[in-house]
Amino acid sequence: MAVSPTTMAAVRASGAVPNAEYLLSAEGVRKEFPGVVALDDVQFRLKRGSVHALMGENGAGKSTLMKILAGIYTPDKGEVRLKGVEVQLKSPLDALESGIAMIHQELNLMPFMTVAENIWIRREPKNRFGFVDHGVMYRMTDELFTRLNIEIDPDIEVRYLSVANRQMVEIAKAVSYNSDVLIMDEPTSALTEREVEHLFRIIRDLRAQGIGIVYITHKMNELFEIADEFSVFRDGRYIGTHASTDVTRDDIIRMMVGREITQMFPKEEVPIGEVVLSVKDLCLKGVFDNVSFEVRAGEILGVAGLVGSGRSNVAETLFGVTPASSGSIELNGKAVTISSPTVAIRNQMAFLTEDRKDTGCLLVLDILENMQIAVLQDRYVKGGFVQQGAIEATCEDMARKLRVKTPNLYERIQNLSGGNQQKVLIGRWLLTNPRILILDEPTRGIDVGAKAEIHRLVTEMARNGVAVVMISSEMPEVLGMSDRIMVMHEGRVTGFLNRDEATQIKVMELAAQ
Amino acid sequence: MTIKAAEGAAPLATRQRRRRMPPELSIFLVLVGIALIYEVLGWMFIGQSFLVNSQRLTIMILQVSVIGIIAVGVTQVIITGGIDLSSGSVVGMTAMIATSFAQSSTWGRAVFPSLTDLPAFVPIIVGLLIGGGAGLLNGALIAYTKIPPFIATLGMFVSARGVAKWYTKGQPVSGVTEQFHFIGTKAWPVVVFLVVALIFHIALRYTRYGKFTYAIGANPQAARVSGINIEAHLVKVYVIAGLLAGLAGIVTAARAETAQASMGVGYELDAIAATVIGGTSLTGGVGRITGTVIGTIILGVMTSGFTFLRVDAYYQEIVKGAIIIAAVIIDVYRQKKRTKH
Repeated sequence: MAVSPTTMAAVRASGAVPNAEYLLSAEGVRKEFPGVVALDDVQFRLKRGSVHALMGENGAGKSTLMKILAGIYTPDKGEVRLKGVEVQLKSPLDALESGIAMIHQELNLMPFMTVAENIWIRREPKNRFGFVDHGVMYRMTDELFTRLNIEIDPDIEVRYLSVANRQMVEIAKAVSYNSDVLIMDEPTSALTEREVEHLFRIIRDLRAQGIGIVYITHKMNELFEIADEFSVFRDGRYIGTHASTDVTRDDIIRMMVGREITQMFPKEEVPIGEVVLSVKDLCLKGVFDNVSFEVRAGEILGVAGLVGSGRSNVAETLFGVTPASSGSIELNGKAVTISSPTVAIRNQMAFLTEDRKDTGCLLVLDILENMQIAVLQDRYVKGGFVQQGAIEATCEDMARKLRVKTPNLYERIQNLSGGNQQKVLIGRWLLTNPRILILDEPTRGIDVGAKAEIHRLVTEMARNGVAVVMISSEMPEVLGMSDRIMVMHEGRVTGFLNRDEATQIKVMELAAQ
Repeated sequence: MTIKAAEGAAPLATRQRRRRMPPELSIFLVLVGIALIYEVLGWMFIGQSFLVNSQRLTIMILQVSVIGIIAVGVTQVIITGGIDLSSGSVVGMTAMIATSFAQSSTWGRAVFPSLTDLPAFVPIIVGLLIGGGAGLLNGALIAYTKIPPFIATLGMFVSARGVAKWYTKGQPVSGVTEQFHFIGTKAWPVVVFLVVALIFHIALRYTRYGKFTYAIGANPQAARVSGINIEAHLVKVYVIAGLLAGLAGIVTAARAETAQASMGVGYELDAIAATVIGGTSLTGGVGRITGTVIGTIILGVMTSGFTFLRVDAYYQEIVKGAIIIAAVIIDVYRQKKRTKH
C-alpha cells in the first residue's frame, strides 16, 4: 500500500524512521511518452550514505528516471520506495517534503532575491507581526553555510554570484530541507576544477552524514572520483549496477553503448596545406589580449584552457559576434574586418557555439528549419523564394549522413536528444561549405556514441581541407583530435604544443600557471 | 565538400509531404463550433438560419476586414517575439492625412483647397508612406536602441493619435472623391484583406523573409550567429506592419467617406486578439497567417452572432474577452503537447 507524502512527512517528523535496506528504491518502473517508451522495467537502488551515479547515453532514460524520483513525472507502472515504504510522488513539492531534493542542471534560483531569501522561500521565519524576520533568516543561512563550509554572503542578490556559487546555494537549499536524498544533474558542467573539488568535498561530507546522492554525469573520471556505485541504462532499459571500484572505464563504455568503441578519436594524418586563417594581436578590451595564431588547411587547432580563460570569447570575436577592439585577421593572406556573423559566413567561416540552447537551436522550429537557416543567406533562394524541394532534399541527405535519429525532418528540434540536436547544428554549418570551422565544446553534454560520430565528422572535415579550430574542456578530446594545441589562461595565450609533445600535464601547466 | 554516408546509417522515413494535422485545424473547429451554436440558437429563438444568409456573412467579414488587414502585420511582428500596440493609432493618423489628399473640389472646407480632385492613387500612396514611416520609426527604435517593442509601440500609440488630432485640430476630414470612396464600397475591403493575407501567407511560408522572421522569433541569438542581420530584418517587419496599418486606415476612411481623429481606437487590441486566437504564440517563433484569418473571422462571427441574437452590446465585449483567454489556454495546451520531454 502506498503512503501519501503527508503521511511520510509526519513519519519523518516523528523521528520513527523505518529502517530499510535501501534509502530509495524503484522497481519495475515504466514510463511512456506519446510514441516512445522512455523507461521499461527499470530498477534502481540507492544505499544510505552513498553516491550513486546514473550512466547512459542521452536518451537512455536516466533523466526520465531522475524526474520520476523527484516527483516531476509519475510512472505508468512500478513502485518507488523511500526507506522501504512505498510512496507516490505527485509533484516536486511532494518529493521535497518526503525528503528528496533535486538540483537541476538549469539552476532554479531567483536572480533578484538574496541568497537567504532564495533558500528559505516559502518557509521564511516570521516575527511576531507576521512579517519576514530577515535577521533570523540571515543567521539561519549563516549556520547552514558554516556547516557546509560555504563562503557566500547570505545578503547578496543571487544575480551577482558565479555559476559555481549558485550551485552551492542550490545544494544548501536542498540540505536545508533535511533531505535524505539529493539528486544532482550534471552539477560540474559549468565549474572550474577548483570549484569541482569544493563541490566534491561537500558531497563527501553529506555522504558521511548518511545522505544518499543520485549523481548524473557524462564525465568518466568524476565517476571514479566521487561515486561509490553506478547503474547503467541503455535505450530505456536497466543494464546493471556495479561498485565503481570493480570496473574500468572501458567496461562502463561497453555497458553504455552495448558495443566496443575501438577508436574514440579517429584522428587521421591528413596533408596540411596553406595558412587559411591568421590572427595577429587580436584584443577584446577587458576580456583577452594579443591573441595570435595561424591555422592551416586540414589542420585541427585545439584550444585548451580553464573556464573563464577567454577561449570562447576569442571564438566569438573571430566570428564577429563581439567584434575585436584591435588586432588583425587575415583569411588566405587577405586582411578582413569581421564586423558581424553575416560577414564571417560570407568569408566561409562557420561557428558551432558552446551553448546549444542559448545560441544554437531554434527550439520551437523543426529540424529542416534549423538546418537550412545559415545556408539560406546566399544559396537555395531565387528571387526571395526558398527553393523548397532542393533544400529539403539536401537537408535530408545531410541528416542521413550525420545519422540524426528522427522519423522525418518535421520534428521539432527540442524533442531530440542533445547529441542529435548537435548533429543538426553541425549539419547547419556543413551545408555552408565552410573553409574555417570553429567548434566550441562540440561534444559537451552528449553521449558517448554521438561523441564518436562527431569526432569522425570533424576528422572528415579536416581531410577535406577545412581549417578547424576546436575549443574543448575535455582533455582527452583535445589531446586526441588536435594537430596543435593552443593553451589560454586569463585572456592570454600561454603556449602552443605540437601533437607529439602534448600531454595532459603540459597542457595543465600552461592552463593553470 | 562531400561527407561519405556512414554505413548502416538509419534511413529517414520516406518523405512526408503532409506534416501532421495542420495546426489551424483546432481553431477552425472552434470557428465551426461557434457558428453552429449560433445556428441552433437562431432556430430556437429567432426562427431563422444564421449561416444561410449570404448578406449577413458578407457584412460579417466586411466588418472585420480592417482588423484582418492589421492583424496580418501584427502576426508577423508577434512571430518575431515583438508586439505592436500602435496600429490603431496609425489607422487614425493615416486616415486623417490620406483623406486630406482625397477631397473633392465640390467640398467647401478642404484641408488643402489647391490639392483637390487628385486621382485616388495619391492619397493611397500618402497613406502607405505615413503608415510605413510610423513602422520604420517603431522598427528602428526597437532594433537599434534595444528598447522593448511594448514601449516603442506604446510611444507610437500615443503620438500617432496625437498627430491625428493635431492635423485638423480635431475636425473631421470629409468630402472625398468618388474614386477614393470606391475602395471602401461593396466587398472591396474583404478583397483587400484576403489579397494581403495571401501575399503574406506566401511570404512567411515560402520566402527567405519568412524563414528569417520565424528564426528571429525562435531564438534571436542563434539567428544572429546564423548570419541573419536581425536589426535590418526587424525594421522590415515593423515597416510591413506599419504599411498594413496605413492600408487599414485608407480602407476605413474610404468606407466611411470621411476621416476622424478617433478612427481605429482599440483596433490594435482586436488585431492582437485575432492573431492570438489564430494560434500565434506571444513568445515568438510560432504562428501562421491562415490561423490569423480564422481568428479574425471568429471575431466577426462573434459580433455578428450577438447582433443576430439581439444580445446587448455590453455582453458582447464581456464574452469576447473570455474567448480570447480560452484561445490562449488552448494554445498553451497545444504547445505543451508538441514538446514531448
